[in-house]
Amino acid sequence: MAIDKTQGLQTREPRDLAATTEATRPGVLLTPPVDIFEDPNAITVLADMPGVKPGHLKIDLHEGVLTITGHADAPDGSNEVAILEEYRAGTYQRSFTLSEAIDQAQIQATLKHGVLHLRLPKAEQAKPRQIKIRTD
Amino acid sequence: MIVRQLNPWSPSWSMPGNAFAQMRRDMETLMERLTGVTPDGSVAGVFPPMNVSEDLDHYYVRALIPGIDASQLNVSVVRQTIAVSGTRKSPEEEGVSHHRKERAEGAFSRSVTLPASFDGARVDAKYVDGILTLTLPKPEAAKPRRVTVQTS
Repeated sequence: MAIDKTQGLQTREPRDLAATTEATRPGVLLTPPVDIFEDPNAITVLADMPGVKPGHLKIDLHEGVLTITGHADAPDGSNEVAILEEYRAGTYQRSFTLSEAIDQAQIQATLKHGVLHLRLPKAEQAKPRQIKIRTD
Repeated sequence: MIVRQLNPWSPSWSMPGNAFAQMRRDMETLMERLTGVTPDGSVAGVFPPMNVSEDLDHYYVRALIPGIDASQLNVSVVRQTIAVSGTRKSPEEEGVSHHRKERAEGAFSRSVTLPASFDGARVDAKYVDGILTLTLPKPEAAKPRRVTVQTS
């Protein structure tokens, strides 16, 4: 398995996670696809979680492990009969291991149109510093 | 009676770091890439995934299209077929390095043909929380009619 070289953030493979945790809600456990990119000040994580309302999203930081959990409800029409089913509503979950290089108090999260936008600012000492070379 | 079988090859019974468990995971990933079917049974590589259902009066078509502007979505109807197309763009960021890119992006187009005709003029389209929901009213002729059975 590929290991992320991202400074300060490591993605846990979903199947490793599934082997260590038990589902506490009925329904399927889904792994949201993510984009992770880094700029000099922060690491940004985008996760697709369609159907999750802001009230049903939980972001948990425990012992350096950031876990995002979002529950998507099945549509309310209970009399509906499925004709074609390519996806199932369920719980999205994914975890990331943070190092101390992230300023954990400054993490920001927004959820819009089913996409979670997580901004993880780097701690001051982890920002790259330009070192001037003197020529004299 | 519930019988729990202890399957030595089940991942939940393998030790973390076990070479066989790792190999099994690698094989699953490989099979997923070759066949497009993930272990949980969903179909990979189709965007957007769609569900179609019906009740007595309507058909419902739902598509998972997270992170798109509603104005970027095109929905068109021809007879029994409904087509959804659009373009999903990732935000353009300057001076960033990408570590992972798993989210699908680019142009997409899909169409579904429903089992019966519907009233194309009264199709309702709604985009909430990244899910496009189309509600298609059935014409009177396609609605099931209750027939009373008489006993003489």
